Amino acid sequence: MDGACFRETLRTRRRWPDVMAIWKKDIRIALEEERHVRANDRDYNERFSYADNRIKTAKYNVFTFLPINLFEQFQRFANAYFLVLLILQLIPEISSLSWFTTIVPLVLVLAITAVKDATDDYFRHKSDQQVNTRQSQVLIKGKLQNEKWMNVRVGDIIKLENNQFVAADLLLLSSSEPYGLCYIETAELDGETNLKVRQALTVTSDLGDDVAKLADFSGEVICEPPNNKLDKFTGTLCWKDNKYSLDNEKMLLRGCVLRNTEWCFGLVIFAGLQTKLMQNCGRTKFKRTSIDKLMNTLVLWIFGFLICMGIILAIGNTIWEQKVGSDFWEYLQWKELTINAVFSGFLTFWSYIIILNTVVPISLYVSVEVLRLGHSYFINWDRRMYYSRKDTPAEARTTTLNEELGQVEFIFSDKTGTLTQNIMVFNKCSINGKTYGDVYDEFGHKVDITKQKTPCVDFSFNPLMDRKFRFHDSSLVEAIKLEEPLVQEFFRLLALCHTIMPEERNEGELVYQAQSPDEGALVTAARNFGFVFRSRTPETITLYEMGQAVTYQLLAILDFNNVRKRMSVIVRNPKGQLKLYSKGADTILFDRLDPSNEELMFTTSEHLNEFAGEGLRTLALAYKDLDEDVFDEWMKKLLFASTALDNREEKLGALYEEIEQGMLLLGATAIEDKLQEGVPETIACLTLANIKIWVLTGDKLETAMNIGYSCNMLRDDMNTVFIISGHTMLEVQQELRTAKEKIMGPSKDKFSSGLDMEKTELYSSDSVFEETIIAEYALIINGHSLAHALEADLEQILVDVACLCKTVICCRVTPLQKALVVELIKRHKRAVTLAIGDGANDVSMIKTAHIGVGISGQEGMQAVLASDYSFAQFRYLQRLLLVHGRWSYHRMCNFLCYFFYKNFAFTLVHFWYGFLCGFSAQTVYDQWFITLFNIVYTSLPVLAMGLFDQDVNEQYSLRFPNLYRPGQLNQLFNKRKFFTCTLQGVCTSFILFFIPYGAFMTAVRDDGAHISDQQTFAVTIATSLVIVVSVQIGLDTNYWTAVNHFFIWGSLAVYFAILFAMHSDGIFTIFPNQFPFIGTARNSLNQKIVWLVILLTTVVCIMPMVAVRFIKADLYPTQTDKVRLLQQATRKQGPQEQNLRRVRRTSSRRSAYAFAHQQGYGELITSGKNMKVPTSSTSTYPLYSPTRGLTGTSSVKNSGVNDTTRDQTETYSTGFRRESDQSQEVTVEDLEAR
Amino acid sequence: MGKKQAGTGPLSRRPDNSAFKQQRLPAWSPSLTPQTVLPTFYILSLVCLLLGIWLLITVEYTYELKVDYTDAGTCEQCFNLRKHAIDSSTPCKCTVSFHVPKTFPRVSFQHDVVRLSARCLPQGDVFFYYGLRNFHQNLRRYMDSRDDAQMVGRKNNLKAPSSYCAPFDYDANGKPIAPCGAVANSMFNDSLTVMYNPTDGSKIQVPLYRKGIAWYTDKNVKFRNPPTNNTFSLQQAFEGTTRPLYWQRPVYELDDIDSNNNGFINDDLIVWMREAAFPNFKKLYGVLNRAQGPFTEGLPAGNYTLSINYNFPVEPFRGRKELVISMVTWFGGQNYFLPIAYLVTSGLILVTAVVLTTVFVKVGKKGKNMEE
Repeated sequence: MDGACFRETLRTRRRWPDVMAIWKKDIRIALEEERHVRANDRDYNERFSYADNRIKTAKYNVFTFLPINLFEQFQRFANAYFLVLLILQLIPEISSLSWFTTIVPLVLVLAITAVKDATDDYFRHKSDQQVNTRQSQVLIKGKLQNEKWMNVRVGDIIKLENNQFVAADLLLLSSSEPYGLCYIETAELDGETNLKVRQALTVTSDLGDDVAKLADFSGEVICEPPNNKLDKFTGTLCWKDNKYSLDNEKMLLRGCVLRNTEWCFGLVIFAGLQTKLMQNCGRTKFKRTSIDKLMNTLVLWIFGFLICMGIILAIGNTIWEQKVGSDFWEYLQWKELTINAVFSGFLTFWSYIIILNTVVPISLYVSVEVLRLGHSYFINWDRRMYYSRKDTPAEARTTTLNEELGQVEFIFSDKTGTLTQNIMVFNKCSINGKTYGDVYDEFGHKVDITKQKTPCVDFSFNPLMDRKFRFHDSSLVEAIKLEEPLVQEFFRLLALCHTIMPEERNEGELVYQAQSPDEGALVTAARNFGFVFRSRTPETITLYEMGQAVTYQLLAILDFNNVRKRMSVIVRNPKGQLKLYSKGADTILFDRLDPSNEELMFTTSEHLNEFAGEGLRTLALAYKDLDEDVFDEWMKKLLFASTALDNREEKLGALYEEIEQGMLLLGATAIEDKLQEGVPETIACLTLANIKIWVLTGDKLETAMNIGYSCNMLRDDMNTVFIISGHTMLEVQQELRTAKEKIMGPSKDKFSSGLDMEKTELYSSDSVFEETIIAEYALIINGHSLAHALEADLEQILVDVACLCKTVICCRVTPLQKALVVELIKRHKRAVTLAIGDGANDVSMIKTAHIGVGISGQEGMQAVLASDYSFAQFRYLQRLLLVHGRWSYHRMCNFLCYFFYKNFAFTLVHFWYGFLCGFSAQTVYDQWFITLFNIVYTSLPVLAMGLFDQDVNEQYSLRFPNLYRPGQLNQLFNKRKFFTCTLQGVCTSFILFFIPYGAFMTAVRDDGAHISDQQTFAVTIATSLVIVVSVQIGLDTNYWTAVNHFFIWGSLAVYFAILFAMHSDGIFTIFPNQFPFIGTARNSLNQKIVWLVILLTTVVCIMPMVAVRFIKADLYPTQTDKVRLLQQATRKQGPQEQNLRRVRRTSSRRSAYAFAHQQGYGELITSGKNMKVPTSSTSTYPLYSPTRGLTGTSSVKNSGVNDTTRDQTETYSTGFRRESDQSQEVTVEDLEAR
Repeated sequence: MGKKQAGTGPLSRRPDNSAFKQQRLPAWSPSLTPQTVLPTFYILSLVCLLLGIWLLITVEYTYELKVDYTDAGTCEQCFNLRKHAIDSSTPCKCTVSFHVPKTFPRVSFQHDVVRLSARCLPQGDVFFYYGLRNFHQNLRRYMDSRDDAQMVGRKNNLKAPSSYCAPFDYDANGKPIAPCGAVANSMFNDSLTVMYNPTDGSKIQVPLYRKGIAWYTDKNVKFRNPPTNNTFSLQQAFEGTTRPLYWQRPVYELDDIDSNNNGFINDDLIVWMREAAFPNFKKLYGVLNRAQGPFTEGLPAGNYTLSINYNFPVEPFRGRKELVISMVTWFGGQNYFLPIAYLVTSGLILVTAVVLTTVFVKVGKKGKNMEE
């Protein structure tokens, strides 16, 4: 939708962000201390020159493009460097190369970048335009007029209609709903797809939709200046001499969508770039990869090296001038050159800086960017990362991090929506001691339920069914059809006992807005089995029981909270019977059952164990018939308690407890918290790749552990699962110490228990040490303990223990803590971290980690917008890292090695020549060759290698996850590697120079004419160089596609073509001074001696490399070598069936009860405030109370989590998540994609 | 693959299933296996060995003679005279005698090879070079100090030489110099005459071809005289220019015998203008004319006298001058570097190959390191 924010993010992410703009913005903010907005008074508001509602994310227009873009580009170090070189070259005394040798590549580089920037900006313009011209209804001069968004001003009153985007940050004035309520969806802002309620002030909501009244409204808002806090707003409204305080509950922020509300009016407070949405954008740090940083260091080193060489040669020149040169110049009577040897040395220094500048390859940065762009496209194009169900391909949203994907050591994963689908599926149930849900074949064996083969139960008898619901055991339907009373009661309970709001858009098209997905699943199950929850009013619930409308009177909702772990409703059925229906955690309910139920309880308990073993989430259901008198009595007490001023919660709790006694057990439900497909396999595979996966979740300990078991991260055969849940610093410390001692115990003789900090770090960072611990441990840490553990004193021991454990799960963590954990590992382990998540709560972690991955295809976009990569399924992570990441890293490293090698080999020839040409900065090559070498003759083969190379194909990459190891250890490109390849370059340049030198000293042509002239020498060396580096790239290329062939052979062909063209008669007669090499190619390349020299040079340069590589692969084969060998061996035999790694879930753990963390909507329902009722009741109601149900008192129960972070935890983990499509994708495409 | 393509609506964002986009392009992935590497090494070693031997034999049969005449014989006085720039215009002649111990044969031993490969050989197998030592034709400022546009006969550049020629672009009177620049200015201007002294006491001048010693492209494309239109003489074409400072004659009078060899297309000038890559170099001076006398079979052994018009000073930059008489081989001049380099390379490759084989057989034989 409002792509502006995303684009803003992108823009800032692209290197040098508009610091200027942000700076300017800051100044404006600094100036504005308080905002005064008067409604319907443009003249007044214009005095403050607030930003208007036009969004401008584009940087340039037609006229400013060139200057600004060039200015920006020259701020890049490399470009500026080449500009300086260019200027140096214009000084004739220094200029050792013509200006075109630099300007041609520089212009090319600048042009490529400029074109890219221009296209980016064009799209920004287009989408700006699209956003700015959206229509909204603005109240101008007492009339509602359609205006473009960009013409909306601060202080305007605008009208919004259902499902419209909010155009600016508005103060809600009035709405179509009672009490001035209105509902918004904030997915764009915080990723939450549940509806939020906003409520207008009474005084303003009385204005209604009376345009005249609204036009007369002249309230003045005094509020905070623009800021980026999405959840805070403070201000006051002054109107008719009264002051009303304003908070966030009255604000509609830009980016929200109006839902379930016919219309509403709002007063524009912040517009355009000053809206909270826009203020929230562009804070993203620009991420750089470690290779990037290394590259920058290396480039600096190369500069140092360049200057050293310049100094050596300059000193050489000074000495030479004194001893030899001065005589020569004197003999020539060249006065200006005989003056001063030191000055000559000084000039020579600069000349050599110019000549040798090619060691810092101008095309390096551009090439690297091109490669990364290419790799990103390969990610975008990958069909095996395309999720057909949601039509979502994988997307590389940043093009700068690809090779880092091959170096990941830690993955921090969110749980809900990432590992799990956040879809709850009613999977099994136990009713009155009988289980339903399993399918048996004719021999009585359990059949594995696979998605397609097993037939589903036919619910066609029920016109109101949910088509997506699937159930395989038909015996339950039969039981329903036989009208077994307990089965009916079971589903009746499910249909009645909940806080869901139904929405019936068309006849029979029911949508449930559930607070927790569990509830949704249960009610949907009841719906399909013929107990359709159709509608509710504050006092009634209407069901369609097997087609019959039945209305129950709702007498009380005994709502859920974290302590009670159950909820109940008390209803009166049409027959007048009073019933209490209750569902809740089995342990809680079993304590409150009637003693007569004991036998059933045991059976059910067994079933529950069975369900838990399969990783299902369970709830027990019970009911109770109530006596009219008892209930009346209780009800009175309840009313009394609910008006109590102190300890109301406790009193209510006690009353609830009182009535929920002696219930009769109905059965139990088992809900599958559906894991995303392939999650256990992916985790197993990534673990084999030595990637540590930490789960950071806001969920409860039990839920998190449950998922841990079902993902195979926790197993029964693990030695110990440490659970850290201390409430004080000391407790946490003690628990961590114990854990550490236990782990270190077996090896105590080696590592004394009294390890000091540094030692520990030494050990823990030593991977060998880590691997010696064969036993498997797991660490589970609670949010409040984590808060202590993250403090400076404990973080070291936390890192130690965590890294010794196979599995780490942090539960109950806040978004901030997620980021802190990532930060902790980044600081202590110097490892590459990856964070993956889907919700707004993961944004901080995604932004903190080196690589952020967002799960896309969900409704919330926040995580995706903040991420660097996004795809629809967790399992694609395996492919992203092990295939794309590994390839990217491998390609980038080979590319860099070769690039540095090539440029050293190319450039250092000048250094050697210096010793023979009196250090006069004479070039060896033709100037055109220097110009074209990097950008034409050698760029494409290495680019082709960098784009297409595959050392090991994708199947083998996935089959041998330990191939990922070199990336983590940073083995393929590091400082040592850099030295080796530059050394190779230096040696090559040495050979390249001295073999032709030796041969040419005395050589003549076969017709006696001389060829030891500089031009022939240049052509010979240049040709040898091009051939040597081409052979070298051939050696480096593991995967010769047609493109590689084309580029490698093509480059050679192009070299000779250009060589002959530049040495041709025609071009010489046109520009005699620019092309003095006329005829050299013809006259030298027809000489046998030249070819003998080229052959010898090539052999001497290449063979040592071949020998070294061969012997390395033979003596110390890397994993890659081995797999390559295997791959080649098997290729000869033809493709083999891949042995798919099957991970079986084995867990006998009893699963936990999972429910929403937040108190339900019970109060809101019973008070009827969120129902559409005749507006007559608008007149009297207590201020503020309607929203209490939402942000109510339950949070107090979450002890230990500190106040500031708690709110966040609460809001993201609940809500009406709407999942459109839940069935699994079986991927024909996947299989096709081979 | 196209099966699901029908429903393009819901799958509209599905990436194409092309081999390119899916990175499944058919490819050849070679690797360094012992089966390919070891034979390559042995074969390369053999090839280098054969080439090396061939080159060595060739070189062994060729012959080169150097006569350093800088201050030898009677040239010492000229050498001293040329120390001072003031006396540069004073002519000085001297002679140096030398002995050729062995006949330079007309045709080298590898008769057939030469016949096959070098039908276009010029009519003489003995080449006379002048050699200079310590003369830095490869200094940047020196090399750049020329104007190719002028030398190709462009009128504009003739009158207004390129700034690269400075300070050798205009003389003291502001007249443009043709040819301009330091390179042309410092042209080698000794003239050498070799006299054969047979045992009978007579003196026969060794006849030399002084033309056809430059590259064809240089002579015919790179260097052109300013247009004369057949109506006026070369001198007129060069009118308004002056000769370089060190030259005794103007450019249009370089060759007083052959008028077609004058101006920018003078062979000696062209040869000189092809700047040497190293400070020690030799440049072709002439080719033995085997048309007559004792020279039909090559340059006979015996005593010779070299008489020199000693103009080129070398003392100021401590250089040396020499006459080099040489034969050519099929791959160029007398050159020991290449054969030896090939032989050494061959040996090294062989050693490496043996080491690699040993390592492969003893340590790294397949299978052992294949294990995971």
